[in-house]
Amino acid sequence: MTNEQGHKPIHAARQKAYLYLLLLLLITLASFIVALTSGSLSLSFSEVITAISSDANPLHHQVVYELRVPRMIHAFTTGALLAMAGALMQVLLRNPLADPYILGISGGSAVFALIAIALGLVGWTVSLSAFFGALLAMFLVFGLARGQGSWTATRLLLTGVVLASGWGAIISFVLTIAPQGKLRSLIFWLMGDLSFAENIWPALITLALGILICLYFARSLNVLSLGAMQAQSLGLHINRFRWQLYVVASLLTAMAIIQAGNIGFIGLIIPHLLRLMGLRDYRLLIPGAVLAGGSLLVFADTVARSAIEDTALPVGILTAAIGVPIFIFLLYRGVKSV
Amino acid sequence: MTEKSNLSCNELHLEIGNKILCDSLSLQIGPGETWAVLGLNGAGKTTLLHTLAGIRPPDAGQVLLNETDLTQLSRHDIAKQLGLLLQTHQDPFPGKVIEHVLIGRHPYLKALEWESESDYQIAKDALSTVGLIGFENRDIQSLSGGEYQRMLIAMVLVQQPSIYLLDEPVNHLDWQHQHQILSTLVSMTEQQTCSLVMALHDVNLAARYCSHTMMMFDDGQVKSGHTSDMLNTETLEDLYHTPIMQIDSEQGQIFTPA
Repeated sequence: MTNEQGHKPIHAARQKAYLYLLLLLLITLASFIVALTSGSLSLSFSEVITAISSDANPLHHQVVYELRVPRMIHAFTTGALLAMAGALMQVLLRNPLADPYILGISGGSAVFALIAIALGLVGWTVSLSAFFGALLAMFLVFGLARGQGSWTATRLLLTGVVLASGWGAIISFVLTIAPQGKLRSLIFWLMGDLSFAENIWPALITLALGILICLYFARSLNVLSLGAMQAQSLGLHINRFRWQLYVVASLLTAMAIIQAGNIGFIGLIIPHLLRLMGLRDYRLLIPGAVLAGGSLLVFADTVARSAIEDTALPVGILTAAIGVPIFIFLLYRGVKSV
Repeated sequence: MTEKSNLSCNELHLEIGNKILCDSLSLQIGPGETWAVLGLNGAGKTTLLHTLAGIRPPDAGQVLLNETDLTQLSRHDIAKQLGLLLQTHQDPFPGKVIEHVLIGRHPYLKALEWESESDYQIAKDALSTVGLIGFENRDIQSLSGGEYQRMLIAMVLVQQPSIYLLDEPVNHLDWQHQHQILSTLVSMTEQQTCSLVMALHDVNLAARYCSHTMMMFDDGQVKSGHTSDMLNTETLEDLYHTPIMQIDSEQGQIFTPA
């Protein structure tokens, strides 16, 4: 490295960030390999390749194609959606502890999806209902936490946590009175579980759109993270932009909920880890969140379904196991230094 | 470089709660002029600056940028001409000084564009103006109050507006940096015919650096004019409700509470 003063540092910093993104890409590929090879039927890497390219071994072909590939895609898209949603909410609420699960956004979304299903609705109407639930839950957190003054970390978190447990109670209530067998398990709606996912395309399309929109917004996210007034004086149309973020974050959350239930902490852990790595610029943090969030959930789900023999744990248990200590650590270290 | 811009307000009325801060205020800030805004705490200096910057709507009247009402202009266009230094900041997300300062280039970049070499050079020049060379890679949270304030001034400089609206720019600054930065700003204002409006608490800085002075009295009256006509013990005592004395020196008059 040259010690030349002046023109190099900014590019050096950006190159380092690109290197981290490349590393995350490799980690993502590694998570795919682990997800495809491990499980109750353990396959070698070459067996997976053979199973993908031909159906010479029908059992392998079926396990890889019909079970593991879709499940891996579900896990990846869910993790990526939640990580992006978390990053957006953190800017929107100007708080690095914001996360769709902790603030009860996922809970609100789940309640509305659940009610729609209980009423006999199917398909996109359920998704629409989940989206509406996420919007409403976010609106409630915004409104109630704001109160008279501005948001403080404590007030925001308290409001979110209380609302989240409220949504949890409603979920339990609906599941208790609803006819058996019609609805997915309580665990799905409260903790998240990837065993129920079916069609991979809605989440993939939402993720692709989400990435495009977030990358387009990325520099404005940097500006907004300076605070509303500063952002306005730098040319941001603040009210319009906040609304756009609000809608996009709700949409991403709702899509994750529909697919995998109420998985927690991804939106909190991932942006935080990325910031620690130096990916603070949202133009780098957004692609990083997609890769890191996606691969984390792929890893977690693989562990969840193969850790205990003959038992598939819901992946939400694992994300909580990782997320709770990190959250407490962040809270104790002081929100300011995140 | 920056084009000449004119900022004016027309019959401007501002109030907070039931307190009238100014009533039918009309004034014009021309290119090359340096304005001090003086007044007690709560007299409305900050509110006035925010209104002039267009981030707070006037309660009545208009603010005009080159004869066009601010509400008719896009935030993006305004940002290229009006730079605002805020008095209070919230900053929960960490970062490096250079990253932070470069955000000031936002109005000049397209949606997916990255900062170029020349943007980077502008940022470095701004850091040099405020005496923060060598601080590029420092974490913001490790800065002292005065260093942080200078970084914020650098961010406004990077925005390259033609009108600078600075709310207490010398907050936290030591004498060396107060004078270094103010004299740089004033000479830049003169050379590039920008305009400078600063809320100040130090009357002597107004006397030394500002061509014009505006006084916001706490009964909602506003008086403005050339600094030399405005600053005298009589008006200052009216403004600050405090006995004030004047000392004549080679540098000009110095005012101090008696």
